[in-house]
Amino acid sequence: MRSLTSRRHHKAARLLLVAVALLVTGGIYAVVSPAASVAAPTPEETIARGKELFAVSCASCHGLNGEGLASQGAPSLVGVGAAAVDFQMRTGRMPMANPLVQAPGKTNPFTPEEIAAISLYVASLGDGPAIPDPDQYDPSGLSPEEVAVGGDLFRTNCSACHNFQGSGGALPNGKVAPPLLDAEPIDIHEAMRTGPGEMPVFADQAIPDKDVKAMIAYLDQVHAEPSAGLSLGGLGPVSEGFWAWVVGIGGLVLFAMWITKKAARR
Amino acid sequence: MAKPTTVDPEVPQGQRPQRAEPSVAATAAAGSVGWVDDRVPVSSIARKGLRKAFPDHWSFLLGEIALYTFIILLLTGVFLTIWFKPSMAEVEYEGSYALMRGIPMSEAFASTLSISFDVRGGLLIRQIHHWAAMLFVAAMTAHMLRVFFTGAFRKPRELNWLIGVGLLSIGLVEGFAGYSLPDDLLSGTGLRFVDGLVRSIPIIGTWAEFFVFGGEFPGELVIPRLYMVHILLVPGILLALVSAHMALLVYHKHTHFPGPGRKQTNVVGQALFPVYMAKAGGFFFIVFGVTILMGALMQINPVWLYGPYNPAQVTAGSQPDWYMGFVEGAIRIIPNWETHILSTTWSWNIFLPGVGLMGLLFTGLALYPFIEAWITGDKAEHHILDRPRNAPNRTALGVAGMTAYGLFWLSGGNDILATQFGLSLNAITVFMRVAVFVGPVIAFIVTKRICLSLQRRDRERVLHGSSSGILVRRPDGGYTEAHAPITQAEAFTLTQHTELPALEVSETTDQHGVKRTGKRTSRLRARLSRWYAHGRVPKPTAQEIADAGHHGEDEADHAVEPAAGTGELTSSGEPASTH
Ligand code: HEC
Ligand code: HEC
Ligand code: HEM
Repeated sequence: MRSLTSRRHHKAARLLLVAVALLVTGGIYAVVSPAASVAAPTPEETIARGKELFAVSCASCHGLNGEGLASQGAPSLVGVGAAAVDFQMRTGRMPMANPLVQAPGKTNPFTPEEIAAISLYVASLGDGPAIPDPDQYDPSGLSPEEVAVGGDLFRTNCSACHNFQGSGGALPNGKVAPPLLDAEPIDIHEAMRTGPGEMPVFADQAIPDKDVKAMIAYLDQVHAEPSAGLSLGGLGPVSEGFWAWVVGIGGLVLFAMWITKKAARR
Repeated sequence: MAKPTTVDPEVPQGQRPQRAEPSVAATAAAGSVGWVDDRVPVSSIARKGLRKAFPDHWSFLLGEIALYTFIILLLTGVFLTIWFKPSMAEVEYEGSYALMRGIPMSEAFASTLSISFDVRGGLLIRQIHHWAAMLFVAAMTAHMLRVFFTGAFRKPRELNWLIGVGLLSIGLVEGFAGYSLPDDLLSGTGLRFVDGLVRSIPIIGTWAEFFVFGGEFPGELVIPRLYMVHILLVPGILLALVSAHMALLVYHKHTHFPGPGRKQTNVVGQALFPVYMAKAGGFFFIVFGVTILMGALMQINPVWLYGPYNPAQVTAGSQPDWYMGFVEGAIRIIPNWETHILSTTWSWNIFLPGVGLMGLLFTGLALYPFIEAWITGDKAEHHILDRPRNAPNRTALGVAGMTAYGLFWLSGGNDILATQFGLSLNAITVFMRVAVFVGPVIAFIVTKRICLSLQRRDRERVLHGSSSGILVRRPDGGYTEAHAPITQAEAFTLTQHTELPALEVSETTDQHGVKRTGKRTSRLRARLSRWYAHGRVPKPTAQEIADAGHHGEDEADHAVEPAAGTGELTSSGEPASTH
């Protein structure tokens, strides 16, 4: 578990992400235009392409103009911003397969360009948070004190739902706050700014980008650090109590059986 | 096979070891032993002590786990006191754990971090201490269940049962106080919980809070106070109670499971020296080793992840250690009941599950031996344990109690259950609200039925032997299953228990029509007694056994007969074949 997570938070992974993000935000251009002779799509063209894709994949629930369909329980997307679409689609939440209590995260079948197109389209419906630039969420270069403050902010704002080290937690009515072990820096930034599902929005005025970066850095480092033995799921005293009975009392009872069975040799 | 040693009965009261006349041998062995022996008769005490018999059954070691983990707690606890600072004064962290650098926190929390990261071996000791605390209470609980289900609490051991109940309840206090000391987020959340419990006491709640916390929560005093409680007051009481517990154990001697040669007047087992000494000593090292391995390999209470207590924070998965989980669970599932009378608030939603449930549990445990004796009218001494099936109502009551406890306990982890098993938090709550009442009733009925079936099976075995699985075709074409007779020893084990008759309501007047005075059996008591005795499967009488041996003369192998070599039932030699 630990080693996997740390690998995921490897420096190279971060660089890769930055590269991907650059690709998404800046450069549909390079991929979409197969020939140099074809002009790069204008924003209008991209929005039009986004609207097409939206009509195919999203309109059945969100309506042809993103106005939301009450019958599907799908909210209006006017004003949710490009960041919301980017977050929901990259993490595989949207398009929802069927309206469940909570869209499960799954692998996302869309290309970055398609997501960018739909994002741009939805952003054109009304103002909302934009997809962040890497320098808004890149956690490198912070001092230990700043990262420690990030930890304090995380415990104050997020641990009530996501647990003290982001192992996840339960919410009323079958909803859950997912574990954040696999969350990428950009996910964390976008989730805070757009407030998916039951999660509240943490706007720029409440927690500026600087603090978001510190929180991201804290989560990165706390997940990378070794635990003091098996972490038992990082769930707190419930799992500790469970293992105390199973390993401790269970194991000692087996030893007790063995030692009382053992006959003395004379 | 070891020869079980039979330690013979001795009148417990007052029979002091014989006053030593300075024998030739003693004077000759004029060494220090001899010198001491002339003053305190150690060697004769030792001779008797060394021959003290310990029954060989694993369940008799549960109490030893508790004892040994307590010793581990004392040792590791002393280590922790050397560096722990019980102070709530605020400092800025400057230790070596980078992810806390510069965060304001109490000295208590800072010193816990320093034990974890800067004191050599400190983290290991902290983890051992905490695992040992979990095991200490768990072992006491398991030990208590063993005592309960085998009826070991009956006369003359009621006092020791009461001491045990005291140990368990005070153990909870000790564990809770320790859990609160590091002043991390979970400590503080737990203290806040207790603050709520205290405040929920009707009328005096608020005053009680100010008394405990020296002002409003959290104040500056509670950690120093808890520290005193945790390292001085409660360990002192625990130590005294443990000593009394052991002294009574030696005085009453061990109980033992029924079997041939096992009488109310003896104890069959291994002598303390050398066999049991080796076993118990070995087991001590095993308990020590397992606890250390747990401390080394399994993370517990990672306070550096929880962070210092901050009343503005709370984390998902805020739970107490397991032994307070049942109270937490009750609080989580109770509806939000409150009444307002004049200017006072009566928080039933906290008072009932918190103060009420704990009170109910420990009062119930303390009173049970007396209630049972009152119902059965049993005034005899018991040194032979009950097989749980032979006390079906007690066993069923115990399982019902465990079920209720377990359901409350699960409710305490409702959020973890929800995330780990993909359930809805609300559905769990609704289910538990019903289950804590219905579950124990079902558990009672099912357990009682199982006990009675087992009794019936015992009766069958005694009367007809054990089924051999061999079908025999008779000359007339029918089939019968051959039954192998059980050994005399087993037959003894299965039938040794006494069946007390139900109490009758006493006449209010004697045969002359004069009103009776003195103790009478009330209607209620008689009814309870009848209920208690009702339904049990009578054990076969000697006549029935004899008849069973004859009823099919053609089935020669049906009879119960002494197995070869078993000889007399009570000749202690052969262990019963029923283990
Ligand atoms: C099966 C119906 C369904 C489909 C198809 C669907 N959605 Fe959704 N969508 C929902 C529901 C229901 C919600 C509300 C979920 C929640 O609150 O967790 C939602 C929420 C969202 C949100 C978050 C809104 C907010 O307030 O933050 C975005 C963004 C979104 N959808 C985008 C899309 C996009 C883009 C597509 C197409 C790729 C899509 N959805 C397809 C049902 C659907
Ligand atoms: C009220 C509870 C709540 C709080 C507080 C909260 N979250 Fe969330 N968070 C959620 C829920 C619920 C989801 C899942 C939303 C969904 O799937 O529709 C979520 C999702 C996320 C995700 C996406 C995870 C993934 O698997 O893709 C991230 C990242 C995240 N939250 C970060 C944060 C951070 C950082 C904070 C603190 C600033 C925070 N959350 C505070 C409830 C909460
Ligand atoms: C007898 C049963 C005891 C129980 C059940 C018990 C339980 C606990 C618990 C649960 C903690 C929190 C530990 C942590 O996570 O760090 C704790 C802490 C502590 N205990 Fe005990 N303890 C016991 C005995 C003792 C004794 C005898 C001492 C000292 C003489 C002691 C000294 C301490 C100290 C100093 C701490 C706080 C230090 C720290 O957490 O790092 N304990 N105890």
